[in-house]
Amino acid sequence: MPNCKTAVPYRGTPEQEERLRQVIEAHKGQPGATMPVLQAAQEIFGYLPEEVQIMVAEGLDIPLSEIYGVASFYSFFSLNPKGKYQISVCLGTACYVKGAADVLNAVEKKLNIAPGGITTDGLFSLDACRCIGACGLAPVMMINDDVYGRLTAAQVGPILDEYIKKG
Amino acid sequence: MSHIRSHIMVCTGTGCTSSDSPKLITAFEEELKLEGMDQEVRVVKTGCFGLCAMGPIVMVFPEGACYTRVTVDDVHEIVAEHIVKGRIVTRLLHMEGEAGESVTSLNETQFYKHQLRIALRNCGVINPEYIDEYIGVDGYTALERILTEKTPPQEIIDALKKSGLRGRGGAGFPTGNKWQFTYDAVSPNGVKYVCCNADEGDPGAFMDRSVLEGDPFSVIEAMTIAGYAVGSHQGYIYIRAEYPIAVKRLELAIKQAEEYGLLGDDILGSGFSFHLELRLGAGAFVCGEETALMTSIEGHRGEPRPRPPFPAVKGLFGKPTLLNNVETYANITWILNNGWEKFAAIGTEKSKGTKVFALGGKINNTGLVEVPMGTPLRTIIEDIGGGIPNGKKFKAAQTGGPSGGCIPAELIDTPIDYDSLTAIGSMMGSGGLIVMDEDNCMVDIAKFFLEFCVDESCGKCVPCRIGTKRLYDLLCKITDGKGTLEDLDTIEELCHHLKDSALCALGQSAPNPVLSTLKYFRDEYVAHVVEKRCPAGVCRNLTRYIIDPGKCKGCTLCARNCPVNAISGAVKAPHVIDQNKCIHCGLCQNNCRFDAISKA
Repeated sequence: MPNCKTAVPYRGTPEQEERLRQVIEAHKGQPGATMPVLQAAQEIFGYLPEEVQIMVAEGLDIPLSEIYGVASFYSFFSLNPKGKYQISVCLGTACYVKGAADVLNAVEKKLNIAPGGITTDGLFSLDACRCIGACGLAPVMMINDDVYGRLTAAQVGPILDEYIKKG
Repeated sequence: MSHIRSHIMVCTGTGCTSSDSPKLITAFEEELKLEGMDQEVRVVKTGCFGLCAMGPIVMVFPEGACYTRVTVDDVHEIVAEHIVKGRIVTRLLHMEGEAGESVTSLNETQFYKHQLRIALRNCGVINPEYIDEYIGVDGYTALERILTEKTPPQEIIDALKKSGLRGRGGAGFPTGNKWQFTYDAVSPNGVKYVCCNADEGDPGAFMDRSVLEGDPFSVIEAMTIAGYAVGSHQGYIYIRAEYPIAVKRLELAIKQAEEYGLLGDDILGSGFSFHLELRLGAGAFVCGEETALMTSIEGHRGEPRPRPPFPAVKGLFGKPTLLNNVETYANITWILNNGWEKFAAIGTEKSKGTKVFALGGKINNTGLVEVPMGTPLRTIIEDIGGGIPNGKKFKAAQTGGPSGGCIPAELIDTPIDYDSLTAIGSMMGSGGLIVMDEDNCMVDIAKFFLEFCVDESCGKCVPCRIGTKRLYDLLCKITDGKGTLEDLDTIEELCHHLKDSALCALGQSAPNPVLSTLKYFRDEYVAHVVEKRCPAGVCRNLTRYIIDPGKCKGCTLCARNCPVNAISGAVKAPHVIDQNKCIHCGLCQNNCRFDAISKA
């Protein structure tokens, strides 16, 4: 299971924890508060380590098992931190029939990581995602907010080299 | 008020935004300022025009000129020529057909001629970020009329029933009946909910996203009317977090509607109150299933629950709940403003109105189209879609995504409506329409959709959790060249078990892509199993690369690049591939400069 407990140590700051406490306070007692709070927590910390899940569970007075259940169910929630550059290769139908699998393969080979993984230097994390809706540009890859469309496997190397150079 | 003589409409849907349309807006505004024309020409951000493959799209009115694939470098020319001198820049106009005929107005194009836009009526027409623009196109007239005239709820529900509108989320349940059930349901403390399903998870489908990005107010108005009709004061829109533009526009729209007194307490002084909240999904396909969606809003793992009780009786937080899809809501105010008779006059006997499709895959005009129900598939693919690229042959179209089935070339004249599609083993689904050509392997496509279902199965019921995986394993066996004819029978049997026993629509419909490809492309399965051959040349383990001795010049490039040293041959003599060593990576074919290597 790629989404299990992370090996990366928790580095939350007191400011982040304070912001989370405010979010919890604002949602406490509302029906169905778990999802909005976890979404806010992920925005604050970038991911949902065990420490954050405990804070949410205690704050909302919901069992930790249930919080973990929700956090591990939805693919949007990540129990692992993300890289500085987050790569997502779209494997939606339109991209798939236009060769997205080759693009993904090229990224995997170049960075030596599998989808769900992060490079040891923390620079890149890779995800295979479902349709991002830019089917007219298929196949599509996103690195953070930049969109690369009408890709071929051969273009992947040079694109990633640019990011490696930037560091 | 200053006089605006021209409007430059720039699409800011997700497709065009991804190809940098926001930069165009800044560039147009700067260029107009330089020319001193920023007071008489307005740049408008709009929703999707539909022609996503040609994005970014810019339309200039009053001429209605449609410019495609516009770049920042073209902005100066458009302003200098079209806006200043009134000469249309033909170079950038949308071209259609082999003759390369350029068309000035979009309405004349094959792409639009066969379309009828009801759900998308305001997409590309108004700026979705200003409520005034929506009000300017008769927005909120339906709600105003209902609240001031105090229309009896039953009258609204009857109009919907008579219109024949069916749910656009896929299953096609009559919308009026759904409203009736929720209206009739008794809630002990009077609480009922109205929900909107915007968790559009089908790969390759983006109809709901475009409606929300291009015309969010029409959905909000319809939900408010629904609240009035069924007796609810609280609504939720459950939308995918993957749609940031749609989320932002919905938040803006809700805020503006509240400021105008069209949402919230005592709407238009009528005493009727309706509040609306957004709930973001978190990337689970199963949450598009209605009971799973409600479990998710309640803050749990998005697992479905058995029906009955249906949501209309016991839904969100255990209360009667009306749940409709985005596109369904987008039709409501049109029906109420134009009369159910007009809506019922469009479409076929049992499927009324129009349907929006997200056209994708091997098709020239990738994009969003809305056609009357009953339009033949051929019209959508050949006329609107502009046919298959590179002169390839149409093989099949997949409707309904992972829950649907394929329509083979011989059934291309099938009219597209709920019942005809079900009859041929596919389904309408939410509107994804993926076109495939002769280069697509149907076994591989079935495997692809099944892998999706394996990933997205929530794990609650055994048939889906284990059944989809076993089915996937069997398909892998076939694409690996290890399948037997008995496996095909096992697959079919397993499919029927899964259909009968899974808890929710995800599991029940997961076998559809397999069953329909087996039905129409059984010979392809047999070729994989018996001849150990993939006719489309997609399945790697069944593909053989061969060198044409007549074309091979013996340059040794392929042999030097082969990662497993499977190619041998003397310099300037034809080379040979050792099939036992070959790992089918295709590097040799990519490298060959003489086109001598092909897949067998």
